[in-house]
Amino acid sequence: MKANMVQALNQALFQEMERDGRVIILGEDVGVDGGVFRITDGLFQKFGGERVVDTPLAESGMIGVSIGMAAFGLRPVAEIQFLGFIYPGFNQIISHLGRLRNRTRGRFTAPLVIRTPYGAGVRALEHHSESTEALFVQIPGLTVVVPSSPYDAKGLLIASIRSEDPVIFLEPARLYRSEKQDVPDELYEVPLRQAKVVREGKDLTVIAWGAMIPVAMKAADSAGREGIEAEVIDLRTLAPMDKETFLASVKKTGRVLVVQEAPKTCGLAAEIAALINESALLNLEAPVMRVTGFDITIPLPRTEDYYYISPERVFAGMKKLMEF
Amino acid sequence: MLLEKFDPLKNEILQILDPGGAAVKDLEPAILADDLKKIYALMILTRTADQKALNLQRQGRMGTFAPSRGHEACQIGAVFGVRKDDWVFPYFRDLGLYLTLGYPLSAFYYYWMGNEAGLRSPDDLNIFPLAIPVASQIPHSVGAAMAAQYLKKKIAVVVTFGDGATSEGDFHEGLNFAGVFRTPNVFVCYNNQWAISTPRSRQTASKTIAQKAGAYGFPGIAVDGNDVLAVYAAASEALERARSGGGPTLIEAVTYRMGFHTTSDDATKYRSEAEVKEWEQKDPIRRFRTYLSNKGLLDETFEKLIQAKAEEDVEKAVTEAESLPPASPADVFAFTFKEIPVQLKEERAELEAFLKEERK
Repeated sequence: MKANMVQALNQALFQEMERDGRVIILGEDVGVDGGVFRITDGLFQKFGGERVVDTPLAESGMIGVSIGMAAFGLRPVAEIQFLGFIYPGFNQIISHLGRLRNRTRGRFTAPLVIRTPYGAGVRALEHHSESTEALFVQIPGLTVVVPSSPYDAKGLLIASIRSEDPVIFLEPARLYRSEKQDVPDELYEVPLRQAKVVREGKDLTVIAWGAMIPVAMKAADSAGREGIEAEVIDLRTLAPMDKETFLASVKKTGRVLVVQEAPKTCGLAAEIAALINESALLNLEAPVMRVTGFDITIPLPRTEDYYYISPERVFAGMKKLMEF
Repeated sequence: MLLEKFDPLKNEILQILDPGGAAVKDLEPAILADDLKKIYALMILTRTADQKALNLQRQGRMGTFAPSRGHEACQIGAVFGVRKDDWVFPYFRDLGLYLTLGYPLSAFYYYWMGNEAGLRSPDDLNIFPLAIPVASQIPHSVGAAMAAQYLKKKIAVVVTFGDGATSEGDFHEGLNFAGVFRTPNVFVCYNNQWAISTPRSRQTASKTIAQKAGAYGFPGIAVDGNDVLAVYAAASEALERARSGGGPTLIEAVTYRMGFHTTSDDATKYRSEAEVKEWEQKDPIRRFRTYLSNKGLLDETFEKLIQAKAEEDVEKAVTEAESLPPASPADVFAFTFKEIPVQLKEERAELEAFLKEERK
């Protein structure tokens, strides 16, 4: 069927809940209301309030409760309404979620998924636009996943629910309804820890994830019209990161541009540049370059576009990289 | 029903044994003589093991440690009625609780000596690893209780914490969830008057901690936390309520932290000797000993036997914990993920190569 990301995610949840009675949804307004973005639409009607649980407005409580449920043997999928509201629950994530397996030597684990929309470009209120994925990537024990298409969204969410490790599943709000794609009706997994070459090219490598993928693809189209063939790599899983895929590309192209929606300093782009330095320095024709957000609080809608990365900015970055 | 009889809003507190060891006859819980002796033996073992840990710490053989002296009645009373399929979420001052549930003392020591492996509960014990971030274990216990509810398991889930924890958001969020979903939880607060140097009066302006349960829509009861019969009686009732679908209960066990917060603390800086002396008079072990003697369940021979057995067990546990070989470098990488990622394999190899080079 043709589906947008919202429908693909909804189908993934629906089918996993049908398949596995241990899967339980928790969140604010996920029940009758179907979630503010409608990701859980219809699940309450199908599976009832026992499995689609509207919780009190308490992110730490919700995440902590999910940890207890998961340790007891369930597979909770908790929805945090926006990434900007996850921080009251950050203590649970950093102090328990990522380390439970280690501190009990595998006796207790927390195989759960925390889903949350994130990112700019949707003309939202304050606190609804940030990209703070790097905060989670630095926590040992967490898998951090970001889909960029409906097909991947379904397969990655299914793989995340089945994962034995806790997953932070970040959904780019800007991509929720931006495109429809053929999404298979059956259950399938898109493997975690695997990046994907979404466009092949020989002149330079663009590494990106989430909502920056369509932006990078548009920029690559522009570059193609000027005879620059860009390879675009979608990381998909940010932690643990699949560096093999982008290192192979770097060895081919010798030029790398990392596109990151988040602020520049200490973002994932910096880590990627360091990894390339460690493993492929002699393959480089130019320093690894970055197109990123700025180290500022993301502006409100009237001036959001100063911050938001356009295909034109990425294209400009590509040209600079080629001219080095 | 004790929960109905003792109203925290009226400042009523359940006490069955007074500090002199005299019992209120009609409140005495039905406990077999053998179990009474077991409780006493656990109290002695807890105090002996606790003192040993302190000594070891002072000798540099144990890491920073949170001593339990004075908490024996709460820690043992809270879980003596726990069954094998119940779950328990302890906090960092819970030696008596661990021993009551049958956790190996050697593993407990091993953890406090600085080895994660000591936190791995034996497979047949549903004891979550003790929580260090204050109150953060409370939502976990509620989640486990919700899962039990969903899976239709008629069990109880016990969680313990101190008076300081009641100021944390996770206390509120956890108890609030419990009230909303009517979970099978037993919340046990060891109100020991001090959170490091912060007195109970700085944690809350409410008269009791037990009364906070009312705001979450379930009962709370204050008990004398140095009276093991009172703690046991209240916990038994709460456990049964939980298992039979009656919902959660908050128990405030009023006690006193006789020792330091941890071995890194010096309590003489912030509390008076007079206060400590006053609480010494309310010692949980002494009053229970008197009670047992009056009942004819304890004589000098038996007392000596219990003490000797405790010392023997403790020595054995120390030897065992100290003789465990140090973990390998690979061990610290092995449990971060179910399957070790490429990146971690490389980091592990880096450490191993470095150590090998260094040893040359």
